[in-house]
Amino acid sequence: MQQADIQYMSQIAIQLRRDILRMVHACQSGHPGGSMGCAELFTALYFHTMKHNPANFTQEGKGEGVFFLSNGHISPVWYSALARSGYFPLEELGTFRKINSRLQGHPTTHDGLPGIRIASGSLGQGLSAAIGVALAKKLDKDPSTVFCLMGDGEQQEGQVWEAAMFAPHNKLDNLLCFIDVNGQQIDGPTNKVLNLGSLTAKYEAFGWEVTTIAEGNNMEAVLTGIAEAQALLGKGKPVIVMLHTDMGSGVDFMEGTHKWHGIAPNDEQLASALSQLTTNQSDY
Amino acid sequence: MKEYPVLGKKDTRSGFGVAMTELGAKNENVVALTADLAGSLKLNDFEKAYPERFVQVGIAEANMIGIAAGLATAGKIPFTGTFANFSTGRVYDQIRQSVAYSYKNVKICASHAGVTLGEDGATHQILEDLGLMRMLPGMVVINPCDFNQTKAATLAIAEYEGPVYLRFGRPVVPIFIPEDMPFEIGKAIVLSEGTDVSIFATGHLVWEALEAAKALEAEGISAEIINIHTIKPIDEAAILASVQKTGCAVTAEEHNIYGGLGDAVGSVLLRNHPVPQEFVGVQDSFGESGTPEQLMVKYGLKAANIVAAAKLAISRKG
Repeated sequence: MQQADIQYMSQIAIQLRRDILRMVHACQSGHPGGSMGCAELFTALYFHTMKHNPANFTQEGKGEGVFFLSNGHISPVWYSALARSGYFPLEELGTFRKINSRLQGHPTTHDGLPGIRIASGSLGQGLSAAIGVALAKKLDKDPSTVFCLMGDGEQQEGQVWEAAMFAPHNKLDNLLCFIDVNGQQIDGPTNKVLNLGSLTAKYEAFGWEVTTIAEGNNMEAVLTGIAEAQALLGKGKPVIVMLHTDMGSGVDFMEGTHKWHGIAPNDEQLASALSQLTTNQSDY
Repeated sequence: MKEYPVLGKKDTRSGFGVAMTELGAKNENVVALTADLAGSLKLNDFEKAYPERFVQVGIAEANMIGIAAGLATAGKIPFTGTFANFSTGRVYDQIRQSVAYSYKNVKICASHAGVTLGEDGATHQILEDLGLMRMLPGMVVINPCDFNQTKAATLAIAEYEGPVYLRFGRPVVPIFIPEDMPFEIGKAIVLSEGTDVSIFATGHLVWEALEAAKALEAEGISAEIINIHTIKPIDEAAILASVQKTGCAVTAEEHNIYGGLGDAVGSVLLRNHPVPQEFVGVQDSFGESGTPEQLMVKYGLKAANIVAAAKLAISRKG
C-alpha cells in the first residue's frame, strides 16, 4: 500500500473522532471512549478492506463484505464511517440520539438506516448473527467475507462462547472477527471487573485462527494486521483478531480510562478535544 | 352441532415434521435449525433429505436464535426447533433484539408446550410462552389444534414474511381438522355454530371444546365453537360477531390464564363489546410430573371444565 493511502486513511480516522465527539456532545449522551478507540478499524474496513456497495445497500449483501457490530454502544464510530463512506447523508449525523432519528442510541434496522443489518446493544448477540450470514454465504457459494466486531468486556456474555464453539466446528473460514481489547468496561478495568484471562488462548482452544494487532490505533499497523488476518481465511477455520486499542484514543484527557465509556464532553472539553484532532477533512 | 369425526390420532409435532420435509423440497431457502432436539421436533427426515440446510447448533439456544436471525438477513427462511420453554423464556432477549426488533423472517417453532409434556415436570412445561411472544411488537403467534392444522400452519408461515412463533405439543391427540381445510394466518375458524355461549379455544383444547359442546347440547345449551389458531394478530371480527350473537364467552387454552388466549380475547371484548367471560386454563401456577391425561384433569383443562365455565358464563349474562 502507498504511503499516501495510509496518510489519507489516517486523516479519515481523525475525522471520525471529530464526528464522534460532536455527535455525542450535541445530544449530551452516548459512548465516545470505545468509539474513538475503534476509529482506525472502521476506517480500514469501510475505506479499504471491505468490498461493499454503499449506494445500493441490501440486507442480503450477496457478493459483498457484510459487517456486524456486536458491541452496539459504539454506534457513533459506525454511523460516522457509514455516512462518510456514502451510506447516508453526512448531515444526518447531527440527528444522533435525537427524537425521530434513524441514528438511534444503539444501531437498529427498525428505521431503515442503510448499512445496518441487525439491532445490537444488548451484548453478546452479534457473533451469532454473523455466523448466520456466513452459513448462508457458504450455502450460496458466495466467496465474500463476513466481519464482526465485539468488545472485550462483552466476552463475559455466555452466548459469545456458544457462538465461538459453533464457528470452528462448522469450518466457517469466511468469518473474520475482531475483539476490541481496550481493557476497560463500564465499572472499571476488565481484569478487575471479571478477568478475561487470555482471550487468545481461549479462542485457540475453541479452534480459531487467532492473530493480534498490538497497535490498534496505528493506521498502518491496523491495515497490515487485517491483511495478515485475511490471508488466513479460506483455510478451514474462522479467524479472530485481538485488536489492542486505547479507549478514548486521540484525545489526551480521554485516553486509557473507562471514565469516558458512556459520558459526553461539555463545551470546554469538546473544544479542547477538537483542538487535538486536526485533519484535512471537513466536519458535517 | 356440526360433527367432527376422529380421523386418527397423532402428536402435533409430527405435523410440523412432515410439513418441514415438504417445505424442504418446495423451497430451497428453507433452513432447519435445532438445539440438540432434532428427534423430539421430528426433524430427522428433513435432516436426511437436506443435510446441507440442516443446522445442528448443540445445546445453545441463544446462539441458535442469533444464527437464525443472520440466516434470515441473508435471505434464507430459518425455522428453529426446540422445546417451547427453550424457544421463548430462555432466549427472550435474543428474540426481542435480533428477531422481533430487527424484524427478521425467523420462524420460532416450539414443541412440548404446556403441562402435557408430562413426566419431565414443571422445569420443561412452559405455560407463559404465548404471553411472552404476544408482547413482542410484530410477532405472529400461532397455536394449531391437531396434526393436520399444525402441518397446514407450518406450510403457511413459510409463505409469510416476518417473525412467527409456532407452538405445538408432545401428546398424541385426535386429528379432526379435515386435511383440505384452508389455513389462513389471523383468521379464526367457526367449527360449530351456536347461540348461547361462544367458546374460543386454541391448541389441542379445541378438541376438548368440541367435546364440551356435545355435552352442553345434551343439556339443551347451544355452544358456538371457534378455533383461534392465531393468537396474534387475533381475529377481532370473528370474536365480536360471535359474542354479539351469544352474549358470553369462554376461552380455553393450555397456558397460564394470564397473558395467553384468555387475555387476548378479553381485551378485544373489553374494548369493543364487554360480555361475561370465563377462563379455562392453568390458574397461575407451575405444572408438575404426571401423565398428560392426569395433568389435564388436575389443572382443569378438560371438556368438563369447559362445560362448567360455559354454564357460569351463561349465568352471568344480564
